[in-house]
This record gives sequence, structure tokens and C-alpha cells, in this order.
Amino acid sequence: MARAHFDVKKQTGFTTIALFCFVMLYAPILTLVVYSFNAGTSIAIWEGFSWRWYESAFANEQVQDAAIRSVIIASFAAFVSTIVATMAALATTRTRPFTGITFIFASINQPLMVPEIVTGVALLIFFAIIKIETGYTGLAYLLIAHTAFCIPFAYLPIRARLENMDLSLERAAADLYATPWRTFRYVTLPLLWPGILAGGMLAFVISLDDVVITELVKSAGQDTLPTYMLGQMRRIMTPEMNAISTVFLAISILMVTVFFLLNRKKS
Amino acid sequence: MAANATVKSAPPATSAAEAAAAFERRDTRNRWLLSAPALAILFFASIGPLGIVVVYSFLTKGGYGGVEWKFSTDAWASVFFTRDIFDDTLGFADAHLSIFWRSLRLSFLTTLLALVVGFPTAYFIATRPEKTRALWLFLITIPFWTNLLIRTFAIMEVIRNEGIVNSILIGLGIIDQPLQIMFTDTAVMLGLLYVYLPLMVLPLYASMERIDFRLVEAGYDLYANRLQVLRRVILPLVKPGVIAGSILVFIPSLGAYVTPRVLGGGRNMMLGNLIELQFGQGRNWPLGSALSITLMVVVMVALLFYVKNAGKSGVRHG
Amino acid sequence: MRPTRSAALPALREDRANRAWGLNIVSAAVAVEAKNVSKIFGAGVGEVRALDNVSVTIRQNEFFTLLGPSGCGKTTLLRLIAGFEMPTEGSILLDGEEVAHLPPFKRHVNTVFQNYALFPHMTVAQNVAFGLEMLGKGKAEVQQTVAAMLKLVRMEELKDRRTSQISGGQQQRVALARALAPRPKVLLLDEPLSALDLKLRKEMQIELKRMQLETGITFIFVTHDQEEALTMSDRIAVMSKGNILQVGSPTEIYEHPADRFVADFIGETNFIEAEVTERIGDDGRIKLPSGIQVPHKVTTSAGVGSRVTLAIRPERIDLVKADADAHFTGKVSNIVYFGTDTTFHIDLESGQGVTVRMQNRLGHRDVLQVGDVVGLRVEPEAMQVLRD
Repeated sequence: MARAHFDVKKQTGFTTIALFCFVMLYAPILTLVVYSFNAGTSIAIWEGFSWRWYESAFANEQVQDAAIRSVIIASFAAFVSTIVATMAALATTRTRPFTGITFIFASINQPLMVPEIVTGVALLIFFAIIKIETGYTGLAYLLIAHTAFCIPFAYLPIRARLENMDLSLERAAADLYATPWRTFRYVTLPLLWPGILAGGMLAFVISLDDVVITELVKSAGQDTLPTYMLGQMRRIMTPEMNAISTVFLAISILMVTVFFLLNRKKS
Repeated sequence: MAANATVKSAPPATSAAEAAAAFERRDTRNRWLLSAPALAILFFASIGPLGIVVVYSFLTKGGYGGVEWKFSTDAWASVFFTRDIFDDTLGFADAHLSIFWRSLRLSFLTTLLALVVGFPTAYFIATRPEKTRALWLFLITIPFWTNLLIRTFAIMEVIRNEGIVNSILIGLGIIDQPLQIMFTDTAVMLGLLYVYLPLMVLPLYASMERIDFRLVEAGYDLYANRLQVLRRVILPLVKPGVIAGSILVFIPSLGAYVTPRVLGGGRNMMLGNLIELQFGQGRNWPLGSALSITLMVVVMVALLFYVKNAGKSGVRHG
Repeated sequence: MRPTRSAALPALREDRANRAWGLNIVSAAVAVEAKNVSKIFGAGVGEVRALDNVSVTIRQNEFFTLLGPSGCGKTTLLRLIAGFEMPTEGSILLDGEEVAHLPPFKRHVNTVFQNYALFPHMTVAQNVAFGLEMLGKGKAEVQQTVAAMLKLVRMEELKDRRTSQISGGQQQRVALARALAPRPKVLLLDEPLSALDLKLRKEMQIELKRMQLETGITFIFVTHDQEEALTMSDRIAVMSKGNILQVGSPTEIYEHPADRFVADFIGETNFIEAEVTERIGDDGRIKLPSGIQVPHKVTTSAGVGSRVTLAIRPERIDLVKADADAHFTGKVSNIVYFGTDTTFHIDLESGQGVTVRMQNRLGHRDVLQVGDVVGLRVEPEAMQVLRD
């Protein structure tokens, strides 16, 4: 077939590889979702459609327990980390370089730079000391650990939003007799809101997904959904795992979609 | 706000510089106060404990996990060396070194494969029309934000002996015994590639999106063929993206824990699993601490390399 | 500090008849005074002196323009008056009161920002109401004032639109209404017309002048556009490198530029080196490069024998026959037709190039050709002796 014009953007084979890549990314996930509806007990042999694994997953008390714990931890971590991250973002953006700004910036981003396993081990040691000293073995360890590693994830979209925000809007407010607090309340906050929401959701998803740090920090009987699943993977698996995963995926995808829409609105 | 006080005590012109300096000091203090809660949490539950790890790596291991508060360099020695139980001579800790080697090798191969697959994919997205580009990008982002464990689980179902790949191959009569992929280095590498591929595509895309295709046109105008344009024009333009993507894949691969645990089984450990082992069955917390620091140092070196190179080209990523 | 609107508006109307004729009544009272103001950004090697010991007095009801190229410090001076920056040294008086260290929300001045800085999450009317609400005005008064302001800028119909849904020119009007609504003592305008296209800019120049006349508020206008400055201002301060070089009416600035920078920045100018040969008081004689001596007023410190630079506007030069009456003679090197006028480039005997502009109705264009030898005559008052 004769080409109508010379396509400068074309590179031989790239489209094929790209499409292969998309197939490779989605095929396993789709397989996983499909087999969650398998009527049989195998996760490889299709035996017809059924909701039975969803029913059994929802009826499974361990799953219920872990899911509730996951949501509690993620909600707490997202809420607290978003508030402190918002404050930190306000402090570290749109400013002359002040004493210690690099230090603050590096500290906030630190969880992104250290492998999770190292942070997990560090927390394991530190919390072991506290456990011995105080005897407390409750959920607080997981709550604070999750809050800490969620901070940079909450911080980044808020900071990005702030940096794109026109400083002259706040100047205009001050020029029009708004005190710093009122400027924040009536101008900065409404404009920053999508960023805060995005940061909060990101933090929530990150906390919900965490395996490594939770696995190392948790006390006995404090499984979250991911650590419960990790434990189950050592056994013979039934499509119940697929069902749990599918629900989990659905929640994540929903949140990512909302996150995307929030971020797109600004541009 | 002490508005009146400010007016009354407003210093005359001579101390304008002092007033400006005072304002700056106040501003700096306020910014520190605003950052304080975040810093407090991070120091309590992330940065501080890392310091403790350093301390622990120089202590003596306790009998049932934990440590004895006695200075020792045994942990650091046993990262690389092992003492023969019979003649007490020092030899290289082959078990550790092979795990180091596997971690580096698998991470490197994963990065290379991710680049080979990710580069055309990012290019493909970047050259889509404006309208559909966001959708393609979204398709790459979704796996990125979905649970790593679930994605590992998904790839496991594909490559298991009773999984889709083997079922299809046997069904087609190509093989009659299932291919043993699970619990091999290949499985770990495939898993790492699968879970970290989006980390390669996203920064690559970010730098490709900015390509001015008039430069590509200029390349063709000056008699370059497609391959030459790719090598001499496009590749140099997106070099920062290549470096960023490679680092973003290499670092988490090196510290991977979940993927090798699920897909590699007990024998095909990586550094992350070796570390975890010291705090579990190994009961050697100082060694675990020393290994953690080793891993952290390698990661920091990689990051510094990235910062240095990305800084040179003047393009920021992340 | 806060003026009562009801008292201020009727008083305005009285002046309106006069103002409608373009007779701006500038009172002698001082609105803003900057005394020995310096502003330094950064420190050490990166130190930038944006303002260097600047003093200026701006009168009430005046349309005052800060004119200069980018980086001359004009915007910094404006921001110091607004309160977005603090002076490194010196003081700023608003109505005789020191305000240099008051935050912007405690100064009764308002700003029209270069990019308008309209709140994107509010409607047009909400934007205009913002300042009044922050001042704690009653609901009825806010509504009334907002309506009056929207009327002033002719934006009543779009009051419920989001600011992202209106055009650039309309945003400009809203920004004006918002800044005028609290009836500031001084309105600061930071290159507000630079984002508009040429036609809209011309319209807004007239509009701005009208609003200034109608409201009687002191306007301090920052621009790098000399034409904008000349057409709108009561007085202009020409700035360069953190200094004010000259303050004066548009005519003064154009006809009698104080130094080379001002002469060069505003309009086109020919610079001609000359020598002072006689001087008694301000009266003296100047020797032109052609050797001809002309009587001239010398207001600078230049003594007998010293070299001076003359600034001569291209339209103030007459082309004549190359005879004894001519101050210079030269050869036409290029003729450029501009529609309303024609520009002649002439190489003088001394080798220097001079530009002469003539209106086309005079018909020189048809008579002269490239290569012709011509004489140039300049009235002595059109030769401005520049400060060194």
C-alpha cells in the first residue's frame, strides 16, 4: 500500500512492541478478574460463571477483619498525613530559599528514597524497643508507620498544585484588605482543595496497598488485607483470592480515576 | 495581630533593613513551625529508626533475636565473610555474595528489559494524537497504582505450572510437561518487569512528550534514515527520561521483597528477603541491620548518580 | 483610614464637568511620597540593587506614570507602595503616614495586577465584592458599590460569569472594578495593558483616563511603553537601573529630555556632539561639528570649552538647500516611506548619520533622491543640551 505521506513520527516495530506491552500489562489482571467468577475451585480451569467466591470472601471473618483494619489504617494515615503534608507544602513552596528548606524537603521525601524493606526493618527494631519498654502492642504502631510513609505521597500533589498557583492571587487578596488568615481561608484553600483531595486519595491508596512495612511492623492478629493475602499465597489458592483481589482492584482503579479527573480539571 | 503596635513601633527609615531582617526571621520561623508536625512524624517513624539500624549493626546478636548491648563488628564482617566452623579461617560468605549478585543481576536485567519494552511504548503514547494520548497514559498509570501484591499474584497465575501459559502450551500440544517457570530467577525477573514497567514508561513519556518533532524533520531533511534519527536525534533528546526510568526501575527492584518471595520461593532470594530472614528465622538482628545499610548505600549511590546526570542535562523529573 | 463611599461619590460629580474636558485638577496635596528608598534583593555576589536611593512625590488626583525598560525598578517601586515588598532602606509615606512596614491589607491602596489576578473560583461580582467584604462593609453597601463599579467598567451584564469565561479585555475591566471598589487613596496599575492586543489597548488607554477623571483617584501606572505614558499621564517618571532620571509632564519629557537615556528611550533622537564656546549665566554659544556656532541656552554645568551632547528630534530638523543658512550639510543615504511621513537618513560631512522625518504633505519625498546633497536646519530651541 502506498503511503500518502512520509510519517516523521513512525519508528519500525514500535507500535507492535507498545501494543504487546499493553496486552502484557492487562492480560494477567484480566485473567485474575475472570477467574474470580469461576464456579470451580481451580484458578486455571474454567468451570462456569458463579458468584460463590465473592460470597465466601465476604463471609470469611478473617477477610472481613483484615479489610476493616486496612480501611481504618488507611483512613487514619491519609487524614493525618494530608493535614501535615498540606502544612509542610504551604511552608516549603513559593518562598525565598530559607534556612533549612533543603533539610525539610529532603526529610519529607526520605521515605521515597529508602527501600521499603529497610524502613520496615528499622521500624521493627524501634517498635520492638518501645514494646518492651511500654508493653503496648496495639494498632498505634501501624497507624504512625503508615502516616509517616504516606506523607511524601500526600505532599507531592499538594505541592505541585501550590507551585502552579498564581502567587498574585494571594497578593490580590492581601491588597484587598484580607488578613493572612482570611487570604488562606477564602483564596488559597479553595484553590488548593483539588490538590489536597488528590493528595489524600493518593495517601489512602498507598496505605491500603502497603505490604512490606505492615508485614514487619504488625503484631500478631493485626493482618491487613494485603498481609492476609500474602500469608494465603503460601497455601493452595482458590478463586476466593481472585475475588478479594478483584474488589481491591476495583477500589484502587476507582480512586485513581477520580485522582486523574481532579488533576486534569486544573489544567 | 498586633496591628497598632506595629504602627506605633514602626521604626523610622534608618532601621528599615533591621525591620526587613526581622520579617525574614519571623517568616522562616513560621515556615519551620508549619513543617514541624510532618517532620516530627517522619523523624519518629522513619528517619530516626534508620539511625537505630546503624547502631544495631554494631551490636552483638541476642540468643532469641534482638541484641545484646555490646559493641561488635561481627555483623559487618559476616556481610561479606564467613568463619569456618572447623578451622576458624575466614572465607567469603558465598551465600550472601550470591544473593547480592542475584539482586544486582536481576535488577539490571529487569531494567534493561523494561527499557527495551518501555521505550517503544512511551514513544507510541507520545506520538498519539492529543485526544487519545491521555487515555493511553491512563492505561499505563492504572497498573502503577494498583496493588503490587495483586499484580504479583496475577503474574503468578499466568506462569504457574497449572497456569494459563502452561495450560495453553500443553493444550496446543507444543509441550507435554509444564514448563517450570515458578521459583526460578526467570520468574522473579518477569515479576519485577511486570510490576515496575510503568515506572520506566512514565518518565520516558514525560521527556518524549516534549520532543519538538521539527528536530526529527530536520534529521530526515539532512539525510538521516529512521534508525539514525532514532539514535542521533531522539535518543539524545530523551536521555534524561532514560536515566530517570532506569533508576526508578532499578532501585525498587534491588530492594524488592514481595515479588521474589512470592515468585522465587525460598531458594531464589534477593537482598530484601535476606534482610527479612535475619529478623525472622535467622534471628540475627545486627546482620540484618548491616545488610539493610548496605542496601541503602547502594540505593543512595544510584540516586546520586541520577541526580548528577539528570542535573547535568538540566531537565527535572519526578 | 476608610473613606465613606457615600460622601466621596457626590463630591466627584462636581468636578466632572471640568474633567470631561480633560482638565484634570491635580491638587498640590501629596498622595504618596517615597524618601530615599533603596531595595536590594539577594545578598553577596547575587545582590541586585533594584532601587537605588529613590525619592519621588506623587500628588493627589494625579495620573502618574513610572516609565522604563524592564529591570529598571519601576515594578519594584510599585510593589513597595502596595506593600508586597519592604524597602531595604528609606520610607514610604501614604497621605503623610509612614507605611513602609505595613502589610498590604492595612494600606489603603489597591492594585491592578499585570495578569489581573482575578480569583478563578469566584464570579465577576464576587471578585469585585471581595475587598469590600474584607473591609467588613454591610451587605447592602457591598451590593450597591459592586453594582456601581460594574457600571463604571460596563460589565453589569456579565456579573455572574466565572472569570475564566470572559475575554482578556473584560477581565481587565473586572480587575479595575475590583481595585476601585474599596475607593483606595491610590490605585496602582502594573502594566495592566500589556496582555491586550493593540486595538483593545488603545481603547483601554482612553477608558483608564476616563475612569481616573471620573473617580478622581490618584493613579500610579507602570509601563515600558512610552506612547502609553505620553498619552495618558499628567506626569511621568523615567527610570533606569534603579534610579529616577527625570520627572515631568509628557511635553517636558519629550521636548526637554534631561539626559541621553531619557532622550533615547522616549521617541527617536539624533545625538550630536558639540562644544560650548561662550557662556554667561545660562546664555551661551555652541559650536556644532560643522563649525557653525549657534546661540543657545545651557542649563547644565558645562563650562566654556567642554564637550556636550545635543539631542535633536528627527521631526525638528528642516531639510534646506546646502547653503550658508544650513547648520549641517550631508548626503541622503536612504529614504524610507512610512505613509504619514517619510524618514530620510543623511550622512553628514563629519561621517555621522542623522535621521530626519518629514510629513508627507510637504512633498520632499518626490523632490529628494538618494545621493542628493542637502542642508539641515534646526531651531536652537530644538537642540536640547543633555546632562552628562
